[in-house]
Amino acid sequence: MTKRSIFNNKVLPYVLLAPQLAITIVFFFWPAGQAVAQSLLRQNPFGTRTAFVWFENFAHVLSDDAYLQAVGNTILFSGAVILLAMGSGLLLAVTADKPIRGAGVYKTLLIWPYAVAPAVAASLWLFIFHPTIGILGRALNQVGIHWDYSLNGTQALLLVILAAAWKQVSYNFIFFLAGLQSIPRSVLEAASVDGATPRQRFWKVIFPLLSPTTFFLIVVNVIFAFFDTFGVIHSLTRGGPAKATETLIYKVYVDGVVNLDLGGSSAQSVILLLVVITLTAMQFRYIERRVHY
Amino acid sequence: MIRVLTGIVVVLALVSGATFARSVPAGAGFSPTLVAQVPGARVTVDFWYGLTRPLGDILEGIASDFNNSQTKYRVNPAFKGAYPETMQAAIAAFRAGNAPHIVQMFEVGTATMMGAQGAVKPVYQLFKEAGVSFDPSIYLPAVRGYYSSPDGKMISMPFNSSTPITFYNKDAFRRAGLDPEKPPQTWAELRAAATRIRQTNAAPCGFTMAWPTWTNLENFSAIHDVPLATKMNGFEGMDTEMQTNSPLHVRHLQTLMDMHREGTFKYGGRDSAGDALFPSGECAIIHASSGMRARVIREARFSWGVTYLPYHDDVKGAPKNSIIGGASFWVMTSPRRTADEYKAVAEFFKFISQPEIVAKWHMETGFVPITFPGMTLVQALGYWQANPGADIPFKQLTRSRPTRNTMGLRLGNMPEIRVIFYEEWEKAFQGTQTAKQAMDAATRRGNEVLRRFERANAP
Repeated sequence: MTKRSIFNNKVLPYVLLAPQLAITIVFFFWPAGQAVAQSLLRQNPFGTRTAFVWFENFAHVLSDDAYLQAVGNTILFSGAVILLAMGSGLLLAVTADKPIRGAGVYKTLLIWPYAVAPAVAASLWLFIFHPTIGILGRALNQVGIHWDYSLNGTQALLLVILAAAWKQVSYNFIFFLAGLQSIPRSVLEAASVDGATPRQRFWKVIFPLLSPTTFFLIVVNVIFAFFDTFGVIHSLTRGGPAKATETLIYKVYVDGVVNLDLGGSSAQSVILLLVVITLTAMQFRYIERRVHY
Repeated sequence: MIRVLTGIVVVLALVSGATFARSVPAGAGFSPTLVAQVPGARVTVDFWYGLTRPLGDILEGIASDFNNSQTKYRVNPAFKGAYPETMQAAIAAFRAGNAPHIVQMFEVGTATMMGAQGAVKPVYQLFKEAGVSFDPSIYLPAVRGYYSSPDGKMISMPFNSSTPITFYNKDAFRRAGLDPEKPPQTWAELRAAATRIRQTNAAPCGFTMAWPTWTNLENFSAIHDVPLATKMNGFEGMDTEMQTNSPLHVRHLQTLMDMHREGTFKYGGRDSAGDALFPSGECAIIHASSGMRARVIREARFSWGVTYLPYHDDVKGAPKNSIIGGASFWVMTSPRRTADEYKAVAEFFKFISQPEIVAKWHMETGFVPITFPGMTLVQALGYWQANPGADIPFKQLTRSRPTRNTMGLRLGNMPEIRVIFYEEWEKAFQGTQTAKQAMDAATRRGNEVLRRFERANAP
């Protein structure tokens, strides 16, 4: 109770909070509220004709095969991106944490990809893997592997997973490296003295001590894979071929902006909002219990 | 909780509204209106377009020619991204009460625009109200029909129209032992030529297509005089249904799938992606927009020719006229619009319909001369004699009187329907479904899109 009396002025805290609250309301709650409202309407693109239809848009979305396919794609895509990005991030961090010559240079180079904008990153991948203009894409076709991600859905999905994961490796790398460096040397030395092998040291000591970082990164990576991969997909495949790389967030864009179905698109946004709220809540409730701080 | 939030939102809205209201007199936002009210100053109209360079520059040149031709009006052109982005920008601006006076819209957006009653002023009405004389009969029937209401009133202003044609590589034909002056006219001939080109290795790829659905579904249907959809391809009502799983449509996809398997046809991707395969010399034959002519002239390092799209010669009535693509100009409404501004738009439209402008646009870009006087002028200038094949698009569009199947398309959310066909065709080319399954699925999904459009737009 004594801690509360730091502010004697009753108004000041609210004034100090106001700018952040205003931004949150104007840029988050207001648009989210509009999405909820729009999801209950049926409207032509110009908004000259509007009808209130209750949950018709949700019913259409949930009974749409293409939507269910997008759900499947998103699970597969996000799972693969998160595993790949976090796995490689951890591997690189463990390697870079060792005392090797030129470690600073490696670290800097590994952090670089994070500064590349998604659209630019996707263009780089395009010039590597495009079947007719990409260096590696052409080489693959020359050695007899039929590589054409504009027609082959599996190859397209593989490519966007690689490109999206590559974007996120740097971020995971930095956090894992910081996490590793904050592990006290004495603990590791004690383990060595007790006769633990390097493998045991990693899985029994380092990995549990890294768990706060890992937990934080899981939350961030889920949100990245769900929302921030739009640029990569848009630049590389536009959701194709035949919707093979259409994730939930990409479908919201396609239906709302390209197909001009604002009601259906808003309904999908609302569903996506609920999914992410649930996922994050679940993570904090169940996974956090197993985290050693 | 909700009440509190709503309260905060309302307060914020009032505060920001008040701030805006105070800053308006000094702000630049209202200056066009102010200029318009000053006596002697020009009436300015905003014109949003979706053509990239070099086409966009030529279009801007036409707008500045108009501005220099008189002293009362000024057209202010602005590039808003490709066609879909321009459409989205115009819709967003309309919803915010700030629509431009004129917006350029691609042909597949026509049904969406016509469904937007109140947002769009039909051009026949514009000319009547502005007291500007205008004769729609100067336009080619295939062009006029596409942009007119079922009772023949012109709704939008035609401008850049193209039609798909065949480009072929004469050098590759020679290498394959084919007569470069006798390009294939039927599908059987095309398949034989592509096979020969591959057998002799005269080119890495025999045949490809750009805009696959436009060239090989929409125009395929028109040329063979079969409906793409009921109700006169949608002209007679929004309760139209796709007719794209007919035996002829299935047979055509089967032909393409067979050629794909044989290696004589290469699927080049969606929309304009296939374009690149021809000027690079990779594919010897391509179905592409007549508007690609300028690019082929600039990039191709071989001798080439153009001809009509092929047809199946055992189909009765084929070949009919092809249908157009490209874009037209739409007049948008806004709460603050004055009669003078509409008059300025009408004068600009009258200006661009002159034969000199129509001919110049055709000769500089490869789009079709869309009026008869414009075509006559092109002929008088000797352009078609000097550029063999430049008249093919015009001849293909006018080779028959438009029938119920060749007037054009009026299908809601047409861009979405095109994507559905891309998806089902791509699956068929990969071999995961048969031609019949692909066309049935695309037809069913296309109908779902049409029903959704009908629900959202029907009166």
